[in-house]
Amino acid sequence: MTATELPPKLAAIRDDFLELEEPDRLLLLLEFADELPALPPRYAEHPDLLERVVECQSPVFMFVEVDDDSAVHLHATAPRESPTTRGFASILAQGLDGLSTQEVLDVPDDYPNTIGLTKAVSPLRIRGMTAMLARTKRRLREGAA
Amino acid sequence: MSVDLDPAPKFTAYAHPERLVSTEWLQAHLGTPGLMVVESDEDVLLYETGHIPGAVKIDWHTDLNDPVERDFVDGAAFAAMLGAKGIARDTTVVIYGDKSNWWAAYALWVFTLFGHDDVRLLDGGREKWVAEERDLTRDKPVVTPATYPVVERNDSPIRAFREDVLAHFGNPLIDVRSTEEYTGERTHMPAYPEEGALRGGHIPSAASVPWARAAAPDATFRSRTELDAIYRDEAGLSDGDDVIAYCRIGERSSHTWFVLTHLLGFDGVRNYDGSWTEWGNAVHVPIAMGREPGTAPQPR
Repeated sequence: MTATELPPKLAAIRDDFLELEEPDRLLLLLEFADELPALPPRYAEHPDLLERVVECQSPVFMFVEVDDDSAVHLHATAPRESPTTRGFASILAQGLDGLSTQEVLDVPDDYPNTIGLTKAVSPLRIRGMTAMLARTKRRLREGAA
Repeated sequence: MSVDLDPAPKFTAYAHPERLVSTEWLQAHLGTPGLMVVESDEDVLLYETGHIPGAVKIDWHTDLNDPVERDFVDGAAFAAMLGAKGIARDTTVVIYGDKSNWWAAYALWVFTLFGHDDVRLLDGGREKWVAEERDLTRDKPVVTPATYPVVERNDSPIRAFREDVLAHFGNPLIDVRSTEEYTGERTHMPAYPEEGALRGGHIPSAASVPWARAAAPDATFRSRTELDAIYRDEAGLSDGDDVIAYCRIGERSSHTWFVLTHLLGFDGVRNYDGSWTEWGNAVHVPIAMGREPGTAPQPR
């Protein structure tokens, strides 16, 4: 798959980041973090959310759904104190929303490295987003309900 | 030109009370000429969500680490970075951050490698400031660039390399990682990205004292009495000891380095920042598994 075949929303997000200078890219990531919607009420009491992981960097909880029209929806939550994680989750939640399972599986695994954030947040941290994308795909392969 | 010290009674019990300020002191001193406030967090974006008015950000990945070699920035890069943030050599720097000042202590330790004289931590860090509902702002501070001299790092007094650890056997080592990392059940913290250590366990003879034991629930440092009980009575340190502390990449052990050096007054404490991501991958170094420290090998 070439870059031009990226789903339109993911491509638009990438282009928005690449148009900015490095320091402003962080501010755009902050906008995404601010925009991460609250979990739908049906997940609010989910038992996974009550798990506390000792010394956990950023407990992110993700729920992947495929609706009756075969469209994928990603819901995620992370603490206010972990805005980078919230920003990553928000990018994926917006960028993947409404795609088919196959379209999500076809998103290049290195998409997080292509949106111009690697230097601004550091290569180690961008791995957090790569891991989230991989988790989303794994859930879909395992058959998200 | 040093800004006055915080006379808080809690601090007077520590060996170097001049290394701490309270949230009340900082609030009252914001805007004082010669004072710069620095936020240093694990999360690169946390500062942008709202910071102490006037504070600048220093990030451990993007500002303090060399982008190519596994090392800290050199004197020229450090000088350029601080100068751009309005910090001069005689500026009083107060650092605060998330996670009980874990990364703030790391930044303070790096400032110390460069011999910056007056650098302090905000006791309780970002958590306490936020819990007390003190002001945060998203406004970028107006910074007047300063000229910071190019000073070469002086690593040897407070930084240990692998060969220093091998030569240190017989002297106290403190492993500040979680118990699971110490015993070898894990090579990294739960839910953290795997940073790649091929072997699990600890450096033989190292005492296990997880770093967070030095922090109270409100993220402030525990009292002198409590810290003495942990590090002297339990871990067996005594005056005059040369100590090396380590963790996974040297950040958590900076917190312990601060506690041992500035709060308890040990003079010969070094942070082995190569830590487990180096030791657990190194060829021909001894490793102990399980809960027992194990015996110290012959120094070499």
